[in-house]
Amino acid sequence: MSVLPLVALVGNPNAGKSALFNALTGARQKLGNYPGVTVERKAGRLALADGRPVELVDLPGTYSLNAASPDEQVTRDVVMGRQAGERQPDALVIVVDASNLDNHLRFALELIALGLPTIVALNMVDLATRDGLELDAAVLSRELGVPVIATVAVRKRGLDHLREELGGLLGSVAPEAKAPLPERDFDAVRDEARRIARAAIVRETPSRRLTAAVDRVALHPLFGLLLLLGLLFVMFQAVYAWSEAPIAMIEGLAEAAANSVRDALPDGMLRSFLVDGVINGVGSVVVFLPQILILFFFILMLEATGYMVRAAFLMDGLMARVGLSGRAFIPLLSSFACAIPGIMATRTIADPKDRLTTILIAPLMTCSARLPVYAVIIGAFIPARDVLPGVGLQGFVLFCLYISGIIGAMLVALILRMTVTKGASGGFLMEMPKYQWPRPQDIVLGLWQRAVIFLKRAGTIIFTSTVILWLLLSYPKPPEGSAVSQVDYSIAGRIAGGLNVILEPIGFNRDISLALIPAMAAREVAVSALATVYSIDAGDDEALLERSLGDRLKDQWPLPTALAFLAWFIFAPQCISTIAVTRRETNGWKWPLFMVGYLFVLAYVAAGLTYWTATAAGL
Amino acid sequence: MRLTELPLRQPAYVDLIDWSALSASEGQRLREFGLCEGASVEALHHGGLWGKGPIACKVGRMTIAMRRNHAAAVTVRTGPDAAP
Repeated sequence: MSVLPLVALVGNPNAGKSALFNALTGARQKLGNYPGVTVERKAGRLALADGRPVELVDLPGTYSLNAASPDEQVTRDVVMGRQAGERQPDALVIVVDASNLDNHLRFALELIALGLPTIVALNMVDLATRDGLELDAAVLSRELGVPVIATVAVRKRGLDHLREELGGLLGSVAPEAKAPLPERDFDAVRDEARRIARAAIVRETPSRRLTAAVDRVALHPLFGLLLLLGLLFVMFQAVYAWSEAPIAMIEGLAEAAANSVRDALPDGMLRSFLVDGVINGVGSVVVFLPQILILFFFILMLEATGYMVRAAFLMDGLMARVGLSGRAFIPLLSSFACAIPGIMATRTIADPKDRLTTILIAPLMTCSARLPVYAVIIGAFIPARDVLPGVGLQGFVLFCLYISGIIGAMLVALILRMTVTKGASGGFLMEMPKYQWPRPQDIVLGLWQRAVIFLKRAGTIIFTSTVILWLLLSYPKPPEGSAVSQVDYSIAGRIAGGLNVILEPIGFNRDISLALIPAMAAREVAVSALATVYSIDAGDDEALLERSLGDRLKDQWPLPTALAFLAWFIFAPQCISTIAVTRRETNGWKWPLFMVGYLFVLAYVAAGLTYWTATAAGL
Repeated sequence: MRLTELPLRQPAYVDLIDWSALSASEGQRLREFGLCEGASVEALHHGGLWGKGPIACKVGRMTIAMRRNHAAAVTVRTGPDAAP
């Protein structure tokens, strides 16, 4: 089979490149990494108008070939044919924002000068029209010397035309090797871009600027901040309120599965393995899929609408106080979903010390893997009543846990900036894109990719750790008639007994010690581990087996212990994947080890303080 | 006057940029954002509750955010004959 022609999608950030990529390739996307760097490679297959397949790769957005960050270096190296693991593209599709031609054409001119077969996609023409800007694609094409096609990626407009042109471009004879154009002065290229942009504008009428109107509220020092807090609050309330029904459904399915296995198999090792290990263990984690998807839904929406940058703007003043850039707010907010994409997103931060500090505090943002732990403890110990009309106490406690993580992160950043990452603070320079309504399909695709990742984790890491834990808990069997329980007699029980010497002072019992070990693999395993422990503990006691994990925790844990457990997880030493990605991003073991160390200390102290205070208060 | 002192939503033009007050990469990024002598500029929002936050301004057709220390490096002129 011959290799497919490679077409690269390239352009400025906020030109609508990803939306165009999604619209052209649909769900047939492959995510990977460029070798040696942690920049994500996003590729998909595109069918040309005549049916020929082409490989389309979406390059990171950048402002010029003069790269500042690792992301931008990949873009430069790919289009110049210097990137390891990628051949030079056979053609480029340059995506420009129709309403920001002056700037985007400057980069387009740099790219056209490379001499590769090129098409310009004049994207988001609808938004330009909304702002009273009318453009002539034919003039633009004549001036640039390459085909220009007006597109609206989110409405799928102009895509067929683009496929047709691309076919013509790739069908023609092999690109003749053009002599590279002499390097031109930045200002000269900029002036030419301006001239071309002016020539292409047919009409420009002042009109209603939606973005400016919204920003008057969204960027207002007081109302903007209230809006941001309000949005975050709604987000965390929704995580509970919207997830009840789907969670009940998944629980029902898991219970039905467990019951049918119990009915179908005789009592024994296999039955215990399937019911206690697989169904109860993995099921107790899968049940949180709805909540994780709700959280991701909000984060994807905030990103796709253009609000995320506004949040960064609002937070910059506060972030500057702890020595960080407002830009750090975006990776940190992504870390609420998962610290891994969050830490990877720090690559857009140019200043190395800003970046390192952001990486080190990213695990303090409450990631979605902690949500199952919080959810089960809050569900068991915090009564489901309203503190205010429409504001549930459970959602409120969850909100407080998130806030504690944020405050902790800010304090840690402040201390780090004065000690290990001491130095002048980098700046805050960002483009603020127009607001836009995302295409529902793009959001659904994003959620689908997250769901697959989560279920894969549940099926691999979580499944494996649960099974290993089940084995360690089930063997050896205590002698017949012994007063020692199965869990205490097992290997895992003995290990936990040893660990408990350290953890007992902060109110943790044997079961928590047991759950914390596999929770290093993935935090949510703490829940499946507890479920497995109690499932084995219950043995054949039907009445106990039918009780939910929450109910059993409530019976066995005093309130201070539960609160200390929550406090532990605010700072909980992060999962193995986070340590691995930190090692990769910081090129060594020094910083990941430092991170694990300080998080352990914080978690221990926080849990201890919570336990002692709660006990003293007589809870 | 400096960009930091420019009243909100008053059209102006960049008169002078003190590139020496910016690091090489910051200067490069600002140029890529279209900031140069003669560019049209309009301050849109001052961030932060106590006026210490960044400034959002329109440069040409693009809205960008920058901190006050960077904005202070940009001198602007206003008035009927400010256009280059």
